[in-house]
Parts: sequence; structure tokens; C-alpha cells
Amino acid sequence: MGEVIVITSGKGGVGKTTTTANIGTGFALQGKKVVLVDADIGLRNLDVVMGLENRIVYDLVDVTDGNCRLKQALIRDKRYDTLYLLPAAQTRDKNAVNPEQMKLLCKELAEDFDYVLIDCPAGIEQGFRNAIAGADRAVIVTTPEVSAVRDADRIIGLLEAEGKHNPKLIVNRIRPNMVKKGEMMDIDDIIEILAVDLLGIIPEDEYIVISTNRGEPAVVNPASTASNAYKNIVRRLSGENVPFISFESDSGIMSRIKRLFGFGE
Amino acid sequence: MLDLIQKMLGKEAGSKQIAKERLRLVLVHDRVNVSPQFMELLKEDMIKVISNYMEINEREMEVNLTQTNSSVALVASIPVNRMKRGTVPVE
Repeated sequence: MGEVIVITSGKGGVGKTTTTANIGTGFALQGKKVVLVDADIGLRNLDVVMGLENRIVYDLVDVTDGNCRLKQALIRDKRYDTLYLLPAAQTRDKNAVNPEQMKLLCKELAEDFDYVLIDCPAGIEQGFRNAIAGADRAVIVTTPEVSAVRDADRIIGLLEAEGKHNPKLIVNRIRPNMVKKGEMMDIDDIIEILAVDLLGIIPEDEYIVISTNRGEPAVVNPASTASNAYKNIVRRLSGENVPFISFESDSGIMSRIKRLFGFGE
Repeated sequence: MLDLIQKMLGKEAGSKQIAKERLRLVLVHDRVNVSPQFMELLKEDMIKVISNYMEINEREMEVNLTQTNSSVALVASIPVNRMKRGTVPVE
């Protein structure tokens, strides 16, 4: 029985889809059997981020409507043997699926795969409820901005209300230079405010744009600074205890030193 | 003025502090799930009561919820223009 993990955020544009693609590909690089489910019905994007947009025949709604078998809708990524995508329907809307159907779908996928990653749509309506319905765990993506952290807090509350406890946090697009200057919220600040466990810190990386242009997740490129961060997240999700990489802890240590000398805070 | 002095001394806190403070305040309200209308009613009632005792500057008055270490506090900043002596209502 595999594990179902939903990647969610509340706010749009913080990097849910990119994160899903990279974590999924990272699991596949480890040889784990993984399926990415695009739950953003009507606004499908995970297929293009993965570079699989030309191979879609059936989609998630075809499966839940019974137009095809689950296996027929799964697209195998030719580059990584154990990586699959279940695309969202593009011509339907969120109400084409309900949480019960999603629970069944996740259960069926978890029988075949080590990891089922659900890419959640932005917002807190039906699409969100569908995406989290079948999840065993939740990963929240945020950026170091007031609006994104606020939405993350709301999502944590809603997950709690649905009985999904202890979500893990990914802080995306951190700029170490701005943090150093005191012009961007630090990991410590965000963790303290949201009171959740940290899963990973992803630096702002121009290569993400290039990799999305190409449809090849950045995690496979060792030259990408985000790549290492994604790999660490994958290892932490598989239960390994991975220390946070140098720039990740830099800010924390810096602020601790500052506090020691009576600056800051 | 204070801002200017702080800037000259290079002690400006950076926008991160502003972000943190704004975030804290907005989350206190989000978490207790209090509507702006509710806060406005509370404010009006406070004005009614306080006006029995003193003349206050309603425009500059601020009523907010804040988070202290473990609890939520109601913090009001109410500029007083003048005390109303001898007009204290008796029961």
C-alpha cells in the first residue's frame, strides 16, 4: 500500500505544480514507483510542466465517469520508468468530480504505486476538497510573502478540520541575499508564525523557468540550485533525516548569532 | 522623524519586520474568525461608554486584536481630548 500525499497552498502561483513535478521525478530517480495526479480540473498544467502534454488520451474525469479504465488514463513518462501522470480534464470543471470519487481513485492508485502525489488547485472550494479527500499526508507550499503565508495558515486550519493533521511546509523561492538584508522573511519567522514542521527550503532559481520551458523537471539537473533542495525533500518524505543544506541553515544560524549579540528580534 | 534618525544610524529594521508584524495581526483576526463588522460594533460600543467619561478622538482611535505569547489580547489606543469633569453619571 503506497502513500497518498497532497501538495497544496491556498494561494495560486507559489509553485505547487512545479513542486509536485520535481518531487515526483525525484522519487522516480530513486527508483520508487510514483504517479502524479493533476487535480486542477479545468486548468490542467502538470502535463506541460512534465512535458507530457502531447500524450494525453484520457483524463481523471474519464476515469471517475467510467469512460475508461484507470490504467488507460495513466501516461508513463518514457524518461523515467517508474513515473506516471494522471492528467486533469481540461474541458470540465471542479464539480465534475466529488471527494468520494477521489478517495476511491487514490485508494486504487495506492495499491499499485509507492507514492501518489496530488497537485491541488489554488483556492479552498470544491477543487481543494476533492484534492485532499484521499490524502494520507499534506505538504503545504508557501513563499516568503505576507499573502502566501496567510493563505497557508488558512489551509492548515482547513486541513485540521478535515482530520489531516501535521502538514509539512515547503518554503519556496527564498532569496538568501534578501533574507540577509532583512528585506525578506526568514524560514525561522515563517515556521514560528505557522507553527508547522519544515519539510524543505527551495531557493529562487532561474533554472526553474528554463526547465518549465523545456518540460523537464529541474531536479534532474545537478546545475540547478533548486535541484538539491528537491532531492532533500524527497529523502525527507521517504523518512530519512536530512539536515537542511548550507544556505538553508545560514539564515537560522545568522539570526541565532545576532540574537546572541543582542541584535535583531 | 524617528524613522529618519533610525535610517541615518543605519538601524532601519528592514521590510521583513513590517511583513512579520502585518502577518501576525492579520492572522490573529483570521484565526479567531472575527468579522470586521463585529470589531466595528465593539468599537462603537466602546465609544459610547467612554464618551460618558471623556471626550475622545474617534478618528484616531484604534481597536485591534493581538497575539501575546499564548493568548489573544484586545488592544485599544484611544486618544483623549479632554476629561469630562463632574459629569460622571451616578447609578
